[in-house]
Amino acid sequence: MDAFLSLFANNEIFTPSTLLHYWDGLVTTVHLVFLSLLLGLFIALPLGILQNSKSWWINKPIWLFVYIFRGTPLLVQLYLIYYGTAQITGIQETIFWAVLSEAFYPCLIAFVLNTAAYTTEIIRGSIETTPKGEIEAAKAYGMNYWQSLRRVILPNALRRALPAYSNEVIFMLHASAISSVVTIVDLTGAARDIYAKYYAPFDAFLFVAAIYLCLTFSLIFMFNKIEHKIMAHTKPIRHS
Amino acid sequence: MKKLVSFLAIALAATSMSLFADGHGHGEKLKLKIAVDVPYEPFEFKAPDGSLTGFEIDLGNAVCAEIMAECEWVIQSWDGIIPGLLARKYDLIFSSMSITEERAKKVLFSDGYYITPSAWFGKADMNVDVTSKDALKGKKIGVQRGTIQDTYVTENFGSVADVKRYTTADDLVLDLTGGRTDLVFLDFPVGESTVIKKVEGYAAIGEQIQLGEAAGAAFRQRDTELAEKFNKALKKLKENGTYDAIMKKYFAYSIKV
Repeated sequence: MDAFLSLFANNEIFTPSTLLHYWDGLVTTVHLVFLSLLLGLFIALPLGILQNSKSWWINKPIWLFVYIFRGTPLLVQLYLIYYGTAQITGIQETIFWAVLSEAFYPCLIAFVLNTAAYTTEIIRGSIETTPKGEIEAAKAYGMNYWQSLRRVILPNALRRALPAYSNEVIFMLHASAISSVVTIVDLTGAARDIYAKYYAPFDAFLFVAAIYLCLTFSLIFMFNKIEHKIMAHTKPIRHS
Repeated sequence: MKKLVSFLAIALAATSMSLFADGHGHGEKLKLKIAVDVPYEPFEFKAPDGSLTGFEIDLGNAVCAEIMAECEWVIQSWDGIIPGLLARKYDLIFSSMSITEERAKKVLFSDGYYITPSAWFGKADMNVDVTSKDALKGKKIGVQRGTIQDTYVTENFGSVADVKRYTTADDLVLDLTGGRTDLVFLDFPVGESTVIKKVEGYAAIGEQIQLGEAAGAAFRQRDTELAEKFNKALKKLKENGTYDAIMKKYFAYSIKV
C-alpha cells in the first residue's frame, strides 16, 4: 500500500489532466462492457434455449456460432471486424459504414458476439442439467413445454447459471482492455497514452490495474448479493 | 525408462556443449541488440521474403561492421521502445527517434544521423487549411502514439479535433485509406512511401513542418562509451561515402545532417 501511495508523491505524472484522461477511459470501459453484456445476454437467452431444440437445423447453426466465437481469440475477431471490414471494396458507400466508421461500434459488435457465444453455452448447459424430476413434476401438473420452460426450467436454470455468468462478466471486463488496439481510449488505452508520454510503465499500468481491481471487486460483491438473494430458498432454514 | 534417461542426458550434454562453444567462439566480439519499430517505411520495413530492410537497417548494419559488433535487430512497438531500453531488453534504439529534450532526460542520444520534415496526408482533393484550428475542428486525425507528431497534434489541435492514436504506422495508414480518419500527420518520407506511392488519390496536404532536431540513436544514460564508439563510426561512414550510398538507395533527396 505504501508503495502504491508513493506513486502519487511523484506528481509529475498524476496531474489533473492525466487523471481526467483516466476518468474518460473508465467511462468508456464501463460504457462498452455494460452495453456488450446487455446486448450479449439479450442474444444468448433465446439461443441458449433454442440450442436444446431437437431439430438439427435449429441447434446446428447455433452450435456453429458458439463454436466459432469460443474457438477463436477475441483479438482476432476484433481485427477481422475492425480492419477486415474496412478493406471490403465499396463498403464506405453503403449504410453499414455509418456503424463501422467509428471505432466504438466494430468493437462493440465483436464484444457482443463473443460474450453472446459464451453466455449461450452457459445457459444451454444449465438448462440441460435441469433435474428430470422438476420436468416430470411440471408435466404432471399438466403444463405444456412452454409453460414448464417459463415457470420451472428457466427460473431454476438461470439461478444455477449465475456463478458461471458472473465469471463471464468479469472476463468481459478484462477482455475489454484489447479495445485499445483499435484506437479506443478505454482504461488500458489511457494507460498506454500515459505510458508513452512519460515512459513510466509501472506508474501508468499499476494505477490502471488498481482501477480494474476495484471494478472487479464491486462486480463480485454485487453478484454475491444477488446470488444470496435468489438462492435463499436452497439454504437451510434458520430458526430464531 | 533407462533409454529415455540416457537420451535426455545426451541431449542435455549436447545443448550445453553447443552453448559453451558458441559463447567461447565469439567471446571477444561485442554483441549488441538494436530495437527498431517495424514497419516504418522506408526507414525499416519487411521485404516480401520477410527479411528486415530499409535505410536504418542498412545504416545500422554498416555501423555494426565498423565497430566490429555482432548486431541483432529486435522488433519493438514504438510506445514501449524507451521503457524497453531502460529495462535492458536491448542496448540501443535505432529507429528514427527524433532528439527531444523530453526524451534526453531518459536516454542518451548519439549525434543526429538524418533529418526529415513531418507532413499532413489525406485525400488529394481535400481542401483544408492544416494550420488553422477552425479548419481542423471535428476532423479525425491519426497519429502514431508517442511520436513527436503525436505531441505536435495533441498540443495544437487536441482540444478541437478527434485525435486517434495508433500503435503502429501501418494500422494508421490502413485507417486513413479505409476512410476512418480524415488526415494523418506523419514523418514525410514515411507518408510518401506508405500513403502517396501505395494508394491512389492521396497526397500531402499543406506545407511540410520541421519538428524537433535530427534523429539519433538512443542509449542508456550510463553507456557513454558505447555511444562514443557509435558516434565515431557514424562520422566515418558519413565521410567515406557509405552513408551517401545507403541514402541514395532509399531517397531521391538528401536527409543527411
